[in-house]
Amino acid sequence: MIGVGKVKQYTNVLDKPLSKGKQEVSLSAFAFLFSELVQYNQTQVDNIAELERRLEDAGYGVGVRVLELLCHRDKGNRRETRLLGILSFVHSTVWKVLFGKVADSLEKGTEHEDEYMISEKELLVNRFISIPKDMGTFNCGAFVAGIVRGVLDSAGFPATVSAHFVPMEGQQRPRTTILIKFAEEVLTREARLG
Amino acid sequence: MAAIYSLFIINKSGGLIFYKDYGSAGRMDTNDSLRLASLWHSMHAISQQLSPTIGCTGIELLEADTFDLHCFQSLTGTKFFVVCEPGIQHMEALLKHIYELYTDYVLKNPFYEMEMPIRCELFELNLSQAIRKDRIGLVGR
Repeated sequence: MIGVGKVKQYTNVLDKPLSKGKQEVSLSAFAFLFSELVQYNQTQVDNIAELERRLEDAGYGVGVRVLELLCHRDKGNRRETRLLGILSFVHSTVWKVLFGKVADSLEKGTEHEDEYMISEKELLVNRFISIPKDMGTFNCGAFVAGIVRGVLDSAGFPATVSAHFVPMEGQQRPRTTILIKFAEEVLTREARLG
Repeated sequence: MAAIYSLFIINKSGGLIFYKDYGSAGRMDTNDSLRLASLWHSMHAISQQLSPTIGCTGIELLEADTFDLHCFQSLTGTKFFVVCEPGIQHMEALLKHIYELYTDYVLKNPFYEMEMPIRCELFELNLSQAIRKDRIGLVGR
């Protein structure tokens, strides 16, 4: 970082190692910013599905950039090419950079071959958010779903991703599950690779 | 045993935005609670004017024979007050804690409209936890 400690002088800017970035930001600042994002988008739409889509699109842009950055920073400009590889990359590396922890669980859908689920007991974006009763099953995790879709899409794994509340037994609060449904071509390619 | 009888939150213009009843004594209907809230708002404002001390911020504690009323006013003019059993000591800390919960779970919630009644599941959940903890005597001691 500029101005911190003794900085080695590089003649060429491209020789400089990529900064690790600041690892943490204020949760309050993020919560207020995210709250504003949701409120702004609410003024631009007239139904909940549209709001969900707009949040997802906002997240998509984040996902695309995060993939680019992490491939460069952590993987020496390589990216995962296999299905399980990219899923565990999202579940651990991406989650850790964005939320400071690995996601609670990564599971394969029981009913469909092409479905995977990332579950989180308390999603960071939902920490301070109570959904009003009249908004039904709306989940602000749509933003995170968008991030996941952005990462997968630009890594060459097109998928539809959605966020859902799943009630937990013995828990007052439902957990959030990010449901990933891969496109057909991804699975055929995966089968061909063996 | 209910140390706290009830909790009120009023916005800067004196409208009741949150009311919660604990314990059976002195249960009120909606109209009464609204009236009491705006009454307290006015009394609080008058007390600021009447007070001989300069820079007075209004009544913080009202002691009666059967109850105490502790009031906390935030910098933005939102007032939090609890009616509780007489002679309870640590109410200021509890009110500050409730204020903290309000800033977290109400103000950071995109679906809350400023100055409007509070209907936030997470706020109520954390509030009832704080009150329960307070009864066991963990908060502010």
